[in-house]
Amino acid sequence: MSEAHSTPLQHHFTSLEQQKDAATLGMWAFLVQEVLFFGGMFTAYTVYRNQHYSVFEACSHHLDWKLGAFNTAVLIGSSLTMALAVHAAALGKGRAAALWLAATIGLGSIFLGVKVVEYHEKWEHQLIPGLRWGPAEEVGPALHLSGADVDRAQLYFSLYFGMTGLHALHMIIGIPILAWLAWRAWAGHFTTEYSTPVEMTGLYWHFVDIVWIFLFPLLYLIGHH
Amino acid sequence: MSSGGSHHVVSVWAYLGVFLALMAFTGITVWAAGQDFGVYNTAVAVGIAVAKATMVVLIFMHVKWGTKLTQLFVVAGVVFLLILIAITMSDYISRPWPIMQ
Repeated sequence: MSEAHSTPLQHHFTSLEQQKDAATLGMWAFLVQEVLFFGGMFTAYTVYRNQHYSVFEACSHHLDWKLGAFNTAVLIGSSLTMALAVHAAALGKGRAAALWLAATIGLGSIFLGVKVVEYHEKWEHQLIPGLRWGPAEEVGPALHLSGADVDRAQLYFSLYFGMTGLHALHMIIGIPILAWLAWRAWAGHFTTEYSTPVEMTGLYWHFVDIVWIFLFPLLYLIGHH
Repeated sequence: MSSGGSHHVVSVWAYLGVFLALMAFTGITVWAAGQDFGVYNTAVAVGIAVAKATMVVLIFMHVKWGTKLTQLFVVAGVVFLLILIAITMSDYISRPWPIMQ
């Protein structure tokens, strides 16, 4: 780490602007890769949902859409506080940036807490494929499914845990980074000419928000009509 | 807006506006899920999600004020995602095998 240099401009860049443009482009190259990383799971979802349309709708009913909607609002709120943290850091207001980052961590933690409640409920109802999947005579009536459809329900819940789990993992990785940035912001490391780490982490956090924006309707809200 | 404006500082009001719009669209997507649009329910849900994601990308993620190269990267990401899904589905949908049952 080379943050301790007196000038934030590293020797291989000609200007701070060029340095920031390079960082932004690099971050987007990473995020585009992330789009395709999650994209593989969204493609799997599309394939299996089209094959087992009614099974997916029946399974979706077993999720609590109110908790999903609450978490959507929490995550959108955390994107707002993240945007305000980036804003404050760019203006050199380190303390304000640190507080907004702390708010982002708080909202992110609430989201993960709700996720724990939801996962625990799936554990109780034995709806975790490969780990704790109940016998067909119990799972079938719980999901209003019968015959081979009970086994097919494992497809939906595998995708549910795979997609929301990967999403949650991104938040678990993001929160310590936010904490590190909050500390640096509070210590006055960011100025009007250099706040790139906050801005790049903001891009990451907003990306995670976007993933959830798609997950919420596709997992929680199908089959409500 | 000038391109390459790395030091562009967006107004706080723009962020608040996007936040309120995102909350409103979340309400709309919940409402729309309860309506019967036939086979179009998923299309409506995805359409609303795309609108929300676009606002986040343009304003929260500053792509609206980003360099042309950054904007090209973002569009390329979306295009490749569409290629991934469209070509995969073109295969599955056109298969006559019992795999679709």
